[in-house]
Amino acid sequence: MTPHPLLEVRDLTVEFSTEEGPVRAVRGIDFTVERGRTLGIVGESGSGKSVTSLAVMGLHRGATVTGSARLDGTELVGAPDERLRTLRGRRMAMVFQDALTALHPYFTVGDQIAEAYREHFGGTRRAALARAVDVLGDVGIPEPARRADEYPHQFSGGMRQRAMIALALSCEPDLVIADEPTTALDVTVQAQVLELLMRLQQERGLGIVMITHDLGVIARVADDVLVMYGGSAAEQAPADTLFTTPRHPYTRGLLDSLPRLDAERGTELRSIPGSPPSLLAPPAGCAFHPRCPRHAARPDARCTGDRPPLRTVADGHRSACVHDEVTA
Amino acid sequence: MTTETAPLTDAADPGAPDALLSVRDLGMTFPGPRGTLRRRPGIRAVDGVSFDVRPGETLGLVGESGCGKSTTGRMLVRLLDPTAGRVSFRGQDITRTPQHRLRPLRSRFQMIFQDPFASLNPRQTVQQIVAAPLRAQGESRQRIRAEVRDLVQLVGLAPEHLERYPHQFSGGQAQRIGIARALATRPELVVADEPVSALDVSIQAQIVGLMERLQAELGVAYVFIAHDLAVVRHISHRVAVMYLGRIVEIGDQQQVYEHPAHPYTKALLSAVPLPDPAAERTRERIVLLGDPPSPANPPSGCTFHPRCPKAQELCRTEAPLLTPDGPGRQVACHFPEA
Repeated sequence: MTPHPLLEVRDLTVEFSTEEGPVRAVRGIDFTVERGRTLGIVGESGSGKSVTSLAVMGLHRGATVTGSARLDGTELVGAPDERLRTLRGRRMAMVFQDALTALHPYFTVGDQIAEAYREHFGGTRRAALARAVDVLGDVGIPEPARRADEYPHQFSGGMRQRAMIALALSCEPDLVIADEPTTALDVTVQAQVLELLMRLQQERGLGIVMITHDLGVIARVADDVLVMYGGSAAEQAPADTLFTTPRHPYTRGLLDSLPRLDAERGTELRSIPGSPPSLLAPPAGCAFHPRCPRHAARPDARCTGDRPPLRTVADGHRSACVHDEVTA
Repeated sequence: MTTETAPLTDAADPGAPDALLSVRDLGMTFPGPRGTLRRRPGIRAVDGVSFDVRPGETLGLVGESGCGKSTTGRMLVRLLDPTAGRVSFRGQDITRTPQHRLRPLRSRFQMIFQDPFASLNPRQTVQQIVAAPLRAQGESRQRIRAEVRDLVQLVGLAPEHLERYPHQFSGGQAQRIGIARALATRPELVVADEPVSALDVSIQAQIVGLMERLQAELGVAYVFIAHDLAVVRHISHRVAVMYLGRIVEIGDQQQVYEHPAHPYTKALLSAVPLPDPAAERTRERIVLLGDPPSPANPPSGCTFHPRCPKAQELCRTEAPLLTPDGPGRQVACHFPEA
């Protein structure tokens, strides 16, 4: 029997019904995360990157999810709540941007981690608390025994983020989905938290999905990258390939519009005209075509027909641009 | 005010003769929380900040949260009254000018804010928003109409946008409205507080490009406040790095970024992840320990010493002064990088 990939997502679609009609936030996304690897999902507001992760975790309130998401072979889409509850925390866990929304203000940090642990493993409260102190130490919180007795508001931003990572890791999950985990942090603290995630991944063989708008963070941690735009995949490639030879005009535009510390002096920023599309009234065809320089130069009926799917353009490299020719 | 750090330039220094804006020994101490018997000591958010801004240039003000960069920005345009030091605009001390006498000068320095929606009145049309500073100057209705039309085009909006309300715009467009309003009176200085940090990456570049073009066309000077070091590098001619209420390093952009002299500047730059996986794998990174300290309880001596990889005994006891370190740069460190 061949082992299953840790997370295998196929044709995942998420639709919300709103007063103004149905909104398709995610349209047919595919990706795979292996143990010990990090998939970066990058996109701007409304790209569907966060909704994708919530749908995988079964945390999408009121949305209709279709397609498939298998965690080590177990189907998550349409799974009963109890099964998802068992899997969440135990096999897959989530780290959010804002630790204050994930940690309860009325309970001490140690109690919350202990509670999560007992939910899955049972045992005595005392044993669970000891375990909480251990994981707080693992994530680099100084004096973990003392800090376990404190409340979330007594922690600094960086320490709270570590505490949330400790909570996520307390039951030793195989998969961690981190949604903008360092966006609210100062850059020196961000460096510490990214370092921590990478160390824990090495020690435990975690699969990580890192969702962010920050291409620097992607370059730092990701092995593979999925670029999302308007609810669809625009491009998918190993990280090195994506940054050296981006194929989709959106990815290229994003990289060209980025001010960089390593740029030649006097490099001009080339911005992408227009704004990301509204999910309520998405453009027909390729969601990027109204802003696309290729479409402007060479209008093509395929850009405005159906939404173009990802096509393989080189080994392990897929782009959803109809103008992209296969090179390898 | 008693400081253990005599500033490089004291409050009597008039500043460079060609300076548009001169800031000397600027300080802001917020009142401390009420204790049982008396107030606890104040929180020194900004302490002994001095710099000049020349006409038409961009001074970048960078630092992490709580470093006092926004408080400094607000004091420059008198949205906050400093508790110490002095701000001069074209040689005229505006630190204690009463607000009503400040009004004629207000047209010459303006501000742009981080959240474009929060800074625009939701019940006013674009026409009304952009016209407000012109009305305050007592311009005629006809002039105002013509001016507002020009302004919205200048910032890349269309005339049909004039009758719309802020909620009908995207974040990037709303920031354009904020910029049009700030430029309405053709100011010589605009203080921009995190003007692009709430925007998507693809939109950030549009606004940065717009601000650069407007500077070239109108000769306006910017104080550009941001936590994003890459954006600041891109737009600034000179850069000041702040830590816990003080400037730790100030100098020409190229010098500060390519040869940082203060260990904090160096660590800060090395912590920014580059969008280049190959470089990220091999890069030397200085990971600072701990979080930035609270201004309510600043460390002794050099306030950076608990996190500084180079800290020595002297750093624990004595705060370093901001002193010249080669041409066009000042640094506040006992042991600056060579």
